[in-house]
Amino acid sequence: MRDISMERVEETRKNILSIIKSPSLTHEQKLTNLANQADSLMEVLDLPEGLDELLNQSIDTKCICDLAEGHAPVRPRYIVPDYAKFMKEGCSFLQLAPPTDLSEALNHLLIFYKHVPSVTNYPVYVGQLDELLEPFMDTVDEATAKKLIRMFMVHMDRTILDSFSHANIGPEATRAGRILLEVEAELEHAVPNITLKYEEGVTDDDFALEAVRCALHSAKPSFANHRMFSGELTERYVIASCYNGLPLGGGSYTLCRLVLGNIAKRASGIADFKENQLPYVLDIMARYMDARIRFEVEESGFFENHFLAKEGFIRRDRFSAMFGLVGLAECVNLLLEKEGMTGRFGHDEKANDLGVEIMDQIKAFNDHHENPYCEVTGGHFLLHAQVGLAEDENVSPGTRIPIGEEPEELIDQLMVLNRFHKYFPSGTGDIFPIDLTVHRNPEFVLDIVKGAFRKDLRYLSFYSSDSDVIRVTGYLVKRSEMEKLDAGMAVLQNTTGLGLGASKNGHILERKVR
Amino acid sequence: MKAVVNRIIPFSSVDGPGNRTAVFFQGCNIDCKYCHNPETRGICRNCGACVDVCPTGALSYREEGGICYDGTACVQCDACIHVCPHDSSPRTQEMTPEEVYERVKRQIPFIRGISVSGGECMLQPDFLKQLFSLVRADGLTTLIDSNGTIPFWEYPGLMEVTDGVMLDIKAFDAAEHRNVTGVSNETILANAVYLAKHAKLYEVRVVVVPGLYDAERSVKEMGAFLVPYRKTHDFRIKLIAFRPMGVRKQYAGYRVPDAAYLNRLAELLRDLGFRDIMIT
Repeated sequence: MRDISMERVEETRKNILSIIKSPSLTHEQKLTNLANQADSLMEVLDLPEGLDELLNQSIDTKCICDLAEGHAPVRPRYIVPDYAKFMKEGCSFLQLAPPTDLSEALNHLLIFYKHVPSVTNYPVYVGQLDELLEPFMDTVDEATAKKLIRMFMVHMDRTILDSFSHANIGPEATRAGRILLEVEAELEHAVPNITLKYEEGVTDDDFALEAVRCALHSAKPSFANHRMFSGELTERYVIASCYNGLPLGGGSYTLCRLVLGNIAKRASGIADFKENQLPYVLDIMARYMDARIRFEVEESGFFENHFLAKEGFIRRDRFSAMFGLVGLAECVNLLLEKEGMTGRFGHDEKANDLGVEIMDQIKAFNDHHENPYCEVTGGHFLLHAQVGLAEDENVSPGTRIPIGEEPEELIDQLMVLNRFHKYFPSGTGDIFPIDLTVHRNPEFVLDIVKGAFRKDLRYLSFYSSDSDVIRVTGYLVKRSEMEKLDAGMAVLQNTTGLGLGASKNGHILERKVR
Repeated sequence: MKAVVNRIIPFSSVDGPGNRTAVFFQGCNIDCKYCHNPETRGICRNCGACVDVCPTGALSYREEGGICYDGTACVQCDACIHVCPHDSSPRTQEMTPEEVYERVKRQIPFIRGISVSGGECMLQPDFLKQLFSLVRADGLTTLIDSNGTIPFWEYPGLMEVTDGVMLDIKAFDAAEHRNVTGVSNETILANAVYLAKHAKLYEVRVVVVPGLYDAERSVKEMGAFLVPYRKTHDFRIKLIAFRPMGVRKQYAGYRVPDAAYLNRLAELLRDLGFRDIMIT
């Protein structure tokens, strides 16, 4: 452990006191922030040379961002427990025998969720709920099942205080899945996020249409291309947090992101970017992630001591890591500008081609970089189109076309997206607010999903333009809660604050309605 | 073979089931007072009234005569169509069926079919037949949105490549229909029967305009007239509320019907046995 200066200690003590005295943080938020302050005093990672100059900068210059993971990771960033194993075998640490009926199953899950850590301190994955609950559907009548599931979903929304929390359903239709959709359409909750794993021919149209109707009320579920994800990560994958494809019974050690627009600022032109600046930053970010992973695996003791690992709900060798990026649009536009060329990302073939070339280069780098602890993904990280931070300004999520610059016609936008979704097995996605008239024609949305997935798009989200629950970048918030917070009132969920920031800095309320 | 096309909407959610490319043809043979896209009614006579009002210079005179439209300069302000004395638009395009088909093809596999509308698209039945044959070869479905004044039974070849028709019945009473549209509705009602019997009637559309005609009586009588044909083929009835958007100034003053009134009309149809009723 390296020494730090007394000035830094004093600075931290001041931060701690202001957190303790804060009028606007809830008790839980204070504890989280206090823990982050303690962690910030640590210097235990073997950091690559040159990192500081790329990482510890303001948002308009930093080239690498570690998304507030801290200095000494105490647990992997995203943890994806095998809840099916828990349903089958119970849990000795939590002193729970396997559940025998629907009430017990739901109660067991709610207990378990309180013991699943993550970077947010809330579970980022709450299970393949239809599959988990379907075996218990015969233990009660339909009305009771609906009431119990409704209470279960309310409980989650009020106790998992962060919408980076994800339930999965599908691809097959089930009774439990239908009830979940019915209940969520009525509740219009922000938590949990839900994804329907969709595959044409496997997922019944009427079930998929129920999902569309639910999405037009509550901005979820989103649609994941099951054929693509299972082809890359096998059938044992999940969608967690925002839209992250991850191995079941494992997760992701870490997620860092390249801020491509800022890397472009360092470059004199396209050639300098490709030959010097990008390779330099890619190398440093990969080695930074290696250092974080090494500490988690070899020193933190997490995998030796946490009950999730000890009882086999997660396995160390089912973890990988997410090599993220944001701002491809800004990067491409700036590089063209530096070359004195016209063209905008999302609109001009030349700009889109440059975007593809940059992605090919990043993919080639990742395919050659090896990490000994990412066995589950062939020793490589997984590319991830990160959705942005509340404080991001002029940084478009992943490879998205900037809000306000979307092509006039949705078809043109989709034909750009289909060049980029394939790069990101650990997640990318696009979001479309949908005009009210579609309430009467949910098949419109399903046709687009079918076509998109045939064209290798990976992940799509829709919400109705008049809906209270809306998708910010990957997570969900309620407009009504953002308004309360903006008026100075305390609100329950942490992500409401992030949504408010993103609505001011990221213009998420100004997306083109389709 | 060519037809004048007003516009092509790549993804439409309101022109039939699912996602469809909608093709709007220029030119109409009747004059509905509440027409919400009156600029599709007439054919451009190259008078040039629009050229002077265009704020971005997207319109100019061609040397060889006629109006030149530059889509890249257009900001869709609609000044040109508001000033047009012929209920037309300088933004139309003469196209062959093959050219229209090229513009449809781009949307595959995101669409399940195409819908043709207008204006009155049945003024170009041969064009439609050729377009539909091309589109069907790609596995897409074909729908016609029509005012029903052209007898469908005279075009069996077109009917063979048509999956369904969305038919307007703008008033059941002939005199009221003439007041609303300028023409009688005999052919329209005969078309309804013909299409229903041949399982080609996808939807009947009724625009509800309080003060223009007695919608309650019209819906009731129309329902009684159509209900026997549900046995051979089920079809939807769509009740569309009048909205003043796009309507010519002299006719824009009609009242928008409230939800209670529309629901009452739907209830009348339900009492007759109709099940698929949509209010929009």
